[in-house]
Amino acid sequence: MIAHSVFFYFFSLIAIISAVMVTVSKNTVHSVFFLILDFISISCLFIMIGAEFLGMIMLIVYVGAVAVLFLFVVMMLNVAEQKGQWFSSRWDGGTHIPIGLLVSLIIFFELIIVIGGWKYKPDLLNSLSVNISSDVTNTRSIGNVLYTDYILLFQISGMILLVAMIGAIVLTYRERAGVKRQSYVKQISRERDEGVDLVDVEKNKGVKIDA
Amino acid sequence: MLSIGLGHYLTLAAIIFTIGIVGIFLNRKNVIVILMSIELILLAVNINLVAFSIFINDLSGQIFTLFILTVAAAEAAIGLAIIVVYFRNSDTIRVEEIKNLKG
Repeated sequence: MIAHSVFFYFFSLIAIISAVMVTVSKNTVHSVFFLILDFISISCLFIMIGAEFLGMIMLIVYVGAVAVLFLFVVMMLNVAEQKGQWFSSRWDGGTHIPIGLLVSLIIFFELIIVIGGWKYKPDLLNSLSVNISSDVTNTRSIGNVLYTDYILLFQISGMILLVAMIGAIVLTYRERAGVKRQSYVKQISRERDEGVDLVDVEKNKGVKIDA
Repeated sequence: MLSIGLGHYLTLAAIIFTIGIVGIFLNRKNVIVILMSIELILLAVNINLVAFSIFINDLSGQIFTLFILTVAAAEAAIGLAIIVVYFRNSDTIRVEEIKNLKG
């Protein structure tokens, strides 16, 4: 029990510090690195609490795909080094800082009030939809539910990914001049007459191809 | 203090959520950091769902977390594509210089 709490405080401290560093650090590449650290510590928390499948998926999806995508875009756009303070503003005289801090403090205390007022309602357990049984592994039980009860949502999320992929390609695509490429229409609509030339070859003469 | 309950996880999620909101409000640097703050907010929501799922002993929360993960990945891809197109057109993604939509 003590080890559990020690690890919880360790990972959550790392997560909070790296989340602060994501927003504060001047260099955007450092922000991406701290984002990766944040994801890793949160997925360690997930694995610790008993959701192993989600922890591993978080590692693969976030650290392996999303964070690398961020890093790629930051380096491609060459905006890593930014001059000036991270909160600097030229127009308004810095009024967005106290107002933003005030609003976020209010949001934080509202969340804390909600958490503090949370009681473990015993009748909540009666409204279960899917129980977690202890003799089946986490991954297996998620698979049992995901491909049966939630199959429609699963397919729809696949459609969302497809639409996002097509949208990203369409958004960033641009025609460039001077690039040689295949013309499928030209290839397919070729007839035999223009492609093949029958020549009568005389003996001992060979064929002369006129260019 | 020593036994970790649901409240600890919810507090952690609230702190990370607030840090993400602070990042959106106070950022004047570039849009990519704002996208990262949105990822932090989605991460906080994921922590909430997983913690409730474990402590209430209901698997649905973890399923929802999977779907949130999917949507977050799609959102990051589309947002970064939009940022790339904007940078190609106007050579900057500083927040204070993005004002094409100003009425």
